[in-house]
Amino acid sequence: MSKRLTDIICPFCGTLCDDIEIDVSDDGKQILEVYNACAIGSEKFLHVQSPDRITRPRMKQEDGSWNEITYDEAAKYTAKVLCDAKKPLMYGWSSTSCEAQSIGHMIGEQVGGVLDNTATVCHGSTLIAMQDVGIPSCTLGEVKNRADRIIFWGCNPAHAHPRHMSRYSIYSRGYFTGKGSKSRKIIVVDPRPTDSASLADEYIQVEQGRDYELLDAFRAALKGSPLPKMIAGVPSEKIYELVEILKQGRFVVIFFGMGVTHSLGKNHNIDMAIALTSDLNNYTKASIIAMRGHYNVTGSGQVLGWQFGFPFCVDLSRGFARYNPGETSSNDLLMRGEVDGCLVIGSDPGSHFPIGSVKKINAIPTVCVDPHMTPTAAISKCHVPVALVGIEVGGSCYRMDNVPIDSRKVVDPPEGMLTDAEFLDLVLKEVNKIKGDAK
Amino acid sequence: MTSIHIKNGFVVDPGQGIHGDKKDIFIENGKIVKSLTHAEKTIDASGMVVMAGGVDIHSHVAGAKVNVGRNFRPEDKMQSTYEPYHGIRHMAGGTSVPTVFKTAYAYADMGYTTVIEAAMPPLYARHTHEEMRDTPILDEAALPMFGNNWFILDYLKRGEIENAAAYAAWLLRATKGYGIKCVNPGGTEAWAWGLNCLSIDDPVPYFDITPKQIVSGLMEVNESLHLPHSLHLHSNNLGNPGNYTTTLDTLKLSEGIKPNNNFNREQVLHHTHIQFHSYGGTTWADFESKGKEVMDYINNNPTVTCDIGFVTLDETTTMTGDGPFEYHLNKLNHLKWANTDVELECGSGIVPYVYSKDVYVCGVQWSIGLEMALLAKDHMRCHLTTDHPNAGPFWRYPRVMKWLMSEKARNDVLASMKNEDKVRDRSTLGSIDRELTLYEIAQMTRAGPAKALGLSSSIGSLTPGMQADVAVYPYNPETESDPEKIEWAFSHAKYLIKSGEIILNDGELVSNGNKKTYWVDVTTKPNRQVERDIDRTFVKYYTVTKNNYEVTEHEFMKNPCAVKIDAVQ
Repeated sequence: MSKRLTDIICPFCGTLCDDIEIDVSDDGKQILEVYNACAIGSEKFLHVQSPDRITRPRMKQEDGSWNEITYDEAAKYTAKVLCDAKKPLMYGWSSTSCEAQSIGHMIGEQVGGVLDNTATVCHGSTLIAMQDVGIPSCTLGEVKNRADRIIFWGCNPAHAHPRHMSRYSIYSRGYFTGKGSKSRKIIVVDPRPTDSASLADEYIQVEQGRDYELLDAFRAALKGSPLPKMIAGVPSEKIYELVEILKQGRFVVIFFGMGVTHSLGKNHNIDMAIALTSDLNNYTKASIIAMRGHYNVTGSGQVLGWQFGFPFCVDLSRGFARYNPGETSSNDLLMRGEVDGCLVIGSDPGSHFPIGSVKKINAIPTVCVDPHMTPTAAISKCHVPVALVGIEVGGSCYRMDNVPIDSRKVVDPPEGMLTDAEFLDLVLKEVNKIKGDAK
Repeated sequence: MTSIHIKNGFVVDPGQGIHGDKKDIFIENGKIVKSLTHAEKTIDASGMVVMAGGVDIHSHVAGAKVNVGRNFRPEDKMQSTYEPYHGIRHMAGGTSVPTVFKTAYAYADMGYTTVIEAAMPPLYARHTHEEMRDTPILDEAALPMFGNNWFILDYLKRGEIENAAAYAAWLLRATKGYGIKCVNPGGTEAWAWGLNCLSIDDPVPYFDITPKQIVSGLMEVNESLHLPHSLHLHSNNLGNPGNYTTTLDTLKLSEGIKPNNNFNREQVLHHTHIQFHSYGGTTWADFESKGKEVMDYINNNPTVTCDIGFVTLDETTTMTGDGPFEYHLNKLNHLKWANTDVELECGSGIVPYVYSKDVYVCGVQWSIGLEMALLAKDHMRCHLTTDHPNAGPFWRYPRVMKWLMSEKARNDVLASMKNEDKVRDRSTLGSIDRELTLYEIAQMTRAGPAKALGLSSSIGSLTPGMQADVAVYPYNPETESDPEKIEWAFSHAKYLIKSGEIILNDGELVSNGNKKTYWVDVTTKPNRQVERDIDRTFVKYYTVTKNNYEVTEHEFMKNPCAVKIDAVQ
């Protein structure tokens, strides 16, 4: 016998599909089948029962081998690393719950840590652009129900957010978009002819790194200004034609991804994309939405925002919150050698940071809290495996459009394993002991 | 819990009709009591004012748009000192959009203990509750928005009040909301197509309903559910010259509707930030006050209450569920603009703004708020707010009190304005010599809002049996004459007690309190039609499932306090 669990939230990407159905064994311990999820999401659920799963904290020995320790010992070690450090980096937070983030922030407040999330190498430039020019946006349901003009700029949802197109953007049938994809014109702007581009009504092959120029040309064309014959590899006639398509739409949405956030221009590209969206509101209704990656990176920015006032790169080392990306951002701190202790949770900088930063993480005492054996875990002094958030423990998370959803527990974690929040709670208690002002 | 004796203070308590008499207040088990045989703590309030904890009926302190305001304005943290972490105080920063910790501490410093978050998009209810959960000290509640909700538009278009009420009861339970909020009825739905509704007769695109029908219908729904609070309305045409006629048209919709509740509430309509809705003229060139006309109407109609939305002449961050207004504001000042349209429900916009006393329009706006409060005849029905942070940050309330209590303080501001003559010419403020008393201030900030919220049986007064929320201010009404002392004293409560627990002791924060969150759990007759409509709409048009929509008490609320109502009959 098995039982079917419904309304499960997929903890893979920022799309946060919440219609997943899962068959679990009668004793509730094993996942038998996953329905509705994409291939990546299904694999994430099924991975919890991987037979080679690490279930206990481990310290790295001098010879590179691992020695199993208890969670209490791991918490003591983590607290000592954070308290001993002058500027501990507490990085990640994107694949964990808002509840765990909140406990981590209270640790950061006491140890004077730098709290940074994966936006620092992803949509951090988007957050900076919002601070420059704001952001006219909407929830994904507005896209589903109203949008008849959709642009994917520098993103490839077919691979990165596989159900985005069917749930929200291209194929979904909404109130005013009853014919689904036939109600919409899809435009993809990307240097590469991606699988998403193959689904578009219009594919614009922008020259690599020239997004700013093309966005600028769109704004100029919208105002009827003359353009040179070719801009960023696109003929001006095409730009004028596209602008007309947008102006004639009732509801325009621009989705953009890391193709524009971390190519040349960075936050200035997004400034221009947002300005284009604002300009379009002179003619029709237009919104812009960032294709956030990690499933709860958005939540990390939210919790940091309401607790400290900034969405990432929050430096608490002076006893109050400071924010200056480029100065207080993880890679800048690591590259300058300012970090002397590190906690990584809910992310894998070992895979995604520049090698110079990875070497620094390897050189300082680093604790990696992660259910999996990752490159970050491999270069850490202490690896603390935990229950998988969104599968083995519930918790609050935020979708790419900032909509909050409460993720649901599906199965129990392996016996004796702690959750992120439980482990961080132990660390907080140890920090309180060391700091001598237990509350 | 400590028993406390507060002795010899000047007690100002409209709930008991006490006008500053020297009295003792006793607290035991979290409540005000008549007497104590032995007090574990005695507070000498000699030469100080004692009032009930302040109640803010309309403030934007938690939720999605507030957090956008924080995150998209790093410069807002630079306007005032970021307070460091020490002892039990968390780091706290922000000026017009403070962090949750600063929000709590700044309200506590002003002697406030209850704050209503005035606009909660239902789809973002969890976010609002998460922020409220992390806000220490303050008792809070949030008002979900109904005025552009597709269910409501559909039911009211067809005159189906009973169905609209059943849906409203369901949404209040699903979002753990406290009352019915309506922002720019129909106009924000129109904004989803880039349009707006500027009068109460402008049709809402597609839905074929008018703001007039929405406001009237929601008042009927509210009374049929016997809710503690009335309809909480931000009407159409906010912020535009000449909008007072829209406001009067809207207020008149309350005529003939009778309050129906067991909470001692007498109004059927609370019109919020009325200052922004009391403008004359046809353009910004001939902009003028129509505050007197609007306040005359409110004075003569006891089933209407209002809060003011005083302009404080600061740099701030405007934020409202009135999406089209923020777009137009951005067209005026060309600063940055954030907007979020929320599927099937509502929307919001955010724009930074500087109310400069050297800009005559800002000066007139400042005058209108004060003029209206000074022309009010019943301060139980006219409440002190800045529509935080829209007309100014809430921590300016003591400054507003100073202006209300001192003609000299008002004239000093007028005299410092570059366009003094023009500002004086466009409102009647300069000719008003009235100075409000501490009793009237207590009505505006405690007794009045508590009553309008349907909470007057537990907060807003020092009557024995009430929740022990008490503020002690270092202000001697018998000896003080300097208006600056009013602002200073009401910014620096000497003692604050919340539910019997000492929060501020001799001005120092000693506890993060035991805050609670109110919500309304109203039972209606089973309604299969509405249940089917909800199920069907979630499947077809929402992007979250119905089961993932509801806010659960135990996960998202600290000390939930459900106000239970049986509206079956």
